[in-house]
Amino acid sequence: MLMASNDRFQPWADLSAEPQLRIENVVKTFDDFTAVDDVSLDIYRGEFFSLLGGSGCGKTTLLRMLAGFLAPNSGRIFIHNEDIVPLAPYERPVNMMFQSYALFPHMSVEKNIGFGLQRDGVAKDEIADRVAKVLDLVQLSQFASRRPQQLSGGQRQRVALARSLVKRPKILLLDEPLSALDKKLREATQFELVNIQQQVGITFIMVTHDQEEAMTMSSRIAVMDKGKLVQLGTPSEIYEFPQNKFVAGFIGSVNMFEGPLVDSEVDHASIDCHEFGGPILIGRSVSHGLGHPTNVAIRPEKIRLAKREQPLDLPNKTVGHLKDMAYLGNSLVYHVVLESGKVLKITAPNLGAHPENEFFRDEPVQIGWNANACVVVES
Amino acid sequence: MSAVSLLGALKPGQGRGWVIAVPYLWFFIFFLVPFAVVLKISMSTAEVAIPPYAPLFTVTDDGTVNLALHFGNFAYIFSDPQYILAYLSSLHYAAGTAIITLLIGYPVAYGIATSKPNIRPMLLMLVIMPFWTSFLIRVYAWIGILKQNGLINNFLMSLGVISEPLNILNNQFAIYVGMVYAYLPFMILPLYSNLEKMDHSLLEAASDLGAKPFRAFLSVTLPLSLPGIIAGSMLVFIPAVGEYIIPTLLGGADTLTIGTVLWNEFFSNRDWPVASTVAVALIVLLVGPLMLLQHYQGKEGEKA
Repeated sequence: MLMASNDRFQPWADLSAEPQLRIENVVKTFDDFTAVDDVSLDIYRGEFFSLLGGSGCGKTTLLRMLAGFLAPNSGRIFIHNEDIVPLAPYERPVNMMFQSYALFPHMSVEKNIGFGLQRDGVAKDEIADRVAKVLDLVQLSQFASRRPQQLSGGQRQRVALARSLVKRPKILLLDEPLSALDKKLREATQFELVNIQQQVGITFIMVTHDQEEAMTMSSRIAVMDKGKLVQLGTPSEIYEFPQNKFVAGFIGSVNMFEGPLVDSEVDHASIDCHEFGGPILIGRSVSHGLGHPTNVAIRPEKIRLAKREQPLDLPNKTVGHLKDMAYLGNSLVYHVVLESGKVLKITAPNLGAHPENEFFRDEPVQIGWNANACVVVES
Repeated sequence: MSAVSLLGALKPGQGRGWVIAVPYLWFFIFFLVPFAVVLKISMSTAEVAIPPYAPLFTVTDDGTVNLALHFGNFAYIFSDPQYILAYLSSLHYAAGTAIITLLIGYPVAYGIATSKPNIRPMLLMLVIMPFWTSFLIRVYAWIGILKQNGLINNFLMSLGVISEPLNILNNQFAIYVGMVYAYLPFMILPLYSNLEKMDHSLLEAASDLGAKPFRAFLSVTLPLSLPGIIAGSMLVFIPAVGEYIIPTLLGGADTLTIGTVLWNEFFSNRDWPVASTVAVALIVLLVGPLMLLQHYQGKEGEKA
């Protein structure tokens, strides 16, 4: 469904909107290791928010502080302006879906899901009613009386989701919710999870190391590295305009060039790049001064590959040799060596056999890209 | 290479048969055969002879083999209230010991299981350490602690808490002290091995879903440790039923348990048939709880 851009769900762009969750300068250290280093974040009601990063980047530590299993060394965490740091896990208006699912093996699916409601003193009839509804939501109604051990991995994952949803928390925390599923099931579940989130209208905060998963599911992504928040934005912002080399390399793949800034105007700039063999034109202004070493990132799918003799009308172009190629079915990956020895990765859609797009190993080729394809990133 | 070719020479399933045969053989030689001997003696009558019981098979002059099975001993021990009382009192001590060791052992095992992993081996060692001293010496030591001018009485008198020494030896209390002391490690170790395997994320999940710590313990830890509780209770209960040394040394002269009855029949009365009958009845009595243990261990094995 197409939406007018001003109807889009982006509460973070509205300066008057109150964040539902506010993380303020949170620091967590273990002995002499800083797991979370001064992270501040605002998350809004109804978001599907992802904390993305490699292992040991602090994303899970941050999630566990939101759940209350860890206390920050300093900093504060607010939900609707109430500081939740002093609250025990059982007092917080959040629920968590565990990576291992943590289903109680001695209880049936029904009992597992009803456990939280029972703790809240909800009446028996209402428990039965709400459990039945949430079982219906995750399509497990016929498994209500089974034990978790009698279910498949995908079914257990849905029981864990149902158990954490049934209490209608203000915020649902998901710790790598799809990591235990195989690839096919994971892809199907990604969409299912987003659909369920939109149906229940609860804010989801998901921890994941899988950038594709984060891109598919999230309203916004926070990329973390070594305990620090390195970039916050929508999936397309993060992909199109990575702020630094780490983000550019972590989200998808990227070709990097470096050189001093030699020209800087209002609508364009250029760097002199030895590896490229000349200037690279950048389609936007660059704020730092002339002569300053500048990194430019270009995504592999934004580079055109052509035969030497073909005309190529692009501002940034050079020649090289095709070193390797891989056939991925829906696309092709080429490795091109420039005259400087630099290897570029290029991806192209599989357009079908045609003399113009059939390349051979060691063939002399030329490559090029548009000025707008260049993104200046910090090192 | 040679091991591989050796294994290759065996037909599938043959190796397994040999491996299983070892415990079966052990069970046959050291349990079934002696039990058959005891069962045989229990169906005989006492005689002043060596051995002190009548043979089951007698051969008469004309070559007839007579088999005399004497079931009177079983009728006898169930008609004499002394034996019934001895059984009941042994069951009573064993059950009491199992319950008290559970109440003391559970917190200890839980404490060890939740302590820092680097001090766990030391704590376990402390539990096992008493085994390095002779059992008999440890029970004797309790006499020194509990007697009229023993450690406890002297200490309390010197503090002025009591003016007369407490009578805490040669009674039920002393038997319980000794039994609980002796059997506590058998409760702690299986409980520890169960609690140590407990998945910590289950408690976090319970807490996350709104359970306060004690509620989480009751709803998650306790039911999941049931196999450990049962294993520990059986390991304490079964040997405690037949316990002889502790009731004899700490319980005083008139203590009546299966152990003391067995001793009296064997060594004072030299009535081996009745003693054997008492022993057979005890085994039959214990088969029930043993099967229960087996059942729960089997269940735990399925889960793993």
